[in-house]
Amino acid sequence: MSRRISPLVSNMSNLVSPQFSTTRDGARMTVRGGGDWVIHSITSVDADVCSGMNLESVTHIDYDLRKIGRLDTSGAYILTRALKDRDVQYSVLGTDGQASLIDTALKAQMGTAPPRQRQWFDTLDRLGRGSTRVWKETVATLSFLGHFTTEVAKLALSPQRIRWKSVIAQIEKVGLDAAPIIMTLSFFIGAVIAFMGAELLANFGAQVFMVDLVGITVLREFAVLITAIILAGRSASAFAAQLGAMKMRQEIDAMEVIGLDAYRTLVIPRAFACFVAAPILTFLAMMSGIFGGMLVAWLGPTDITPVLFFSRLQEVVTPNNFWVGIVKAPVFALFIAVIGCRQGMAVEGSVTSLGTRTTASVVQAIFAVIVMDAIFAILFLLMGV
Amino acid sequence: MPDIPKSEAETLVRVRGLLSQFGDNVVHKDLDFRVQRGEIVGLVGGSGTGKSVLLNTILGLKDPEDGTIDFFGRDRTSLTDEELSTIDTQVGVLFQGGALFSSLSVRENVMAPMREHTDLPIPLMRELADMKINLVGLSPHAATLMPADLSGGMKKRAGLARALALDPEMLFLDEPTAGLDPVGANEFDRLILDLRAAMNLTVLMVTHDLDSLYAICDRVAVLFDKKIGITGDLATVSSYDHPWVQEYFNGPRSRAATDSKARSQDGAVAADDSNRHSDASIGTA
Repeated sequence: MSRRISPLVSNMSNLVSPQFSTTRDGARMTVRGGGDWVIHSITSVDADVCSGMNLESVTHIDYDLRKIGRLDTSGAYILTRALKDRDVQYSVLGTDGQASLIDTALKAQMGTAPPRQRQWFDTLDRLGRGSTRVWKETVATLSFLGHFTTEVAKLALSPQRIRWKSVIAQIEKVGLDAAPIIMTLSFFIGAVIAFMGAELLANFGAQVFMVDLVGITVLREFAVLITAIILAGRSASAFAAQLGAMKMRQEIDAMEVIGLDAYRTLVIPRAFACFVAAPILTFLAMMSGIFGGMLVAWLGPTDITPVLFFSRLQEVVTPNNFWVGIVKAPVFALFIAVIGCRQGMAVEGSVTSLGTRTTASVVQAIFAVIVMDAIFAILFLLMGV
Repeated sequence: MPDIPKSEAETLVRVRGLLSQFGDNVVHKDLDFRVQRGEIVGLVGGSGTGKSVLLNTILGLKDPEDGTIDFFGRDRTSLTDEELSTIDTQVGVLFQGGALFSSLSVRENVMAPMREHTDLPIPLMRELADMKINLVGLSPHAATLMPADLSGGMKKRAGLARALALDPEMLFLDEPTAGLDPVGANEFDRLILDLRAAMNLTVLMVTHDLDSLYAICDRVAVLFDKKIGITGDLATVSSYDHPWVQEYFNGPRSRAATDSKARSQDGAVAADDSNRHSDASIGTA
């Protein structure tokens, strides 16, 4: 049985280009082939075969393959393609191997796959799906939050079931490890605000107000926002990827079966860690932001000494500003952790969905933070703080 | 075609004096192994004997610590990138879980090697891919599905279709029937035999499945004591005096497989599905 043996692959470039001819005798057609008919050589002969094999009123085909050197299923496919869906008999003149290849190729042609449809309303379709998805995602996140809250309530009744080891480990990852980057970023933000304030206020001869500017913006907004955004970028994505990979490897299913509640063992320690770490991180961000502003005020064009800076700060920036900033941190952190975990739990079997969900976790977390910050702003305005 | 000594041309894979180790853990030592053109070789061995390591070493996914791997008559390390790429087109690999590219549909998965190695027009590639998908027994509808939508058995078939995309001379199968139900496993065995007949394939398969060994392998190689301890046809190997070999070939699972082999007279595929069931039930009993 056999195809001619190709001794070494290195002679693949020595392929003889395939030849093809047909003769017709009434309802009988003879197809002659020559050269090598393999996947690397058939491009040249594809069009010829397509046009050459007009099977109108042909009932029998004789394949004369004796001059063919090498043949594979791709070559056999080209030769037999025209026979598809036709009631045509055929016979093969050649080796047994060639005959079996022709049979195999013919057998493998039953039915064609439906092409992937692209219709004119595809764009609208995607738009519609996208809109409903936004709604579904919102509902799913809120219901996750609800489930989370009930679990927290249950744990509050029996605090000995909280996994403290896991919580502490997460606090280290979420909090301690993030502190340097958050402090650095906040330092620069404080410095930039001081610079811009100094330049702008110099026009009115009121440079000293830059202290108010730095103090109020950093304490109320920037420190907590920087913390939240870094948490979303570092931790929400990490939660989504960790839980997602666990979901893909059925670890979460295994936990459910053993009776470990995935919320209690995975979600709550992470959320709790964020809840604890975020105010501390925010506090650190506030300190380093104000430090950055102070350095610029001192060494920059305004020449405000640290002593002057801090006495001005004490004078105008009330503790309220500090509390407004710090109170937002744990709320943001909870949402970030819950969104990250929920996206992780929503991962399905495929790698693509892991990527999509990780991206979604960061995007949704930052989105939620900004929206909630706006809500807080309105709330504090109404409360007059 | 250039004249090449027959014996050299007929040995597709030849491993000599292979040493594989991870840190202090020596997996293979002085391992010799060869695969001749046209045979179906089954590679068996207990867990941790380095079946997958050997497969990866032959495929060039892992560098050997010592020894030579001749691939299609050439030392692997002496090949240029271009020659290696040519060899890639002559080898198809089916990984354990199918290893389909999850961002591509089944058809695109099968087309991937064609895109890389041929200059075929895209519509023709698509047709050839559909043929290959048909060839491995998937319905035409499966071509448009994404790997995540496939069952385990379908994934293996799709992986096989991708392995066959370029009509390779040699096929490597890593546990092709693991995770398949007995009926599916039998069908898969038969598919491989059919493809071997049609495409003159050489097959090296790592397997635990005794039914597969009995049904399709011409030769069995057993890994123990850090080398290929014994190789030959089933009769030779199963009578070899080594505790693991005896336990493996003459344990209860094996007897069931032998029975089914005896019942199917022509020695082709043991199509007796009920036997695999009984085999499985022995295992759980």
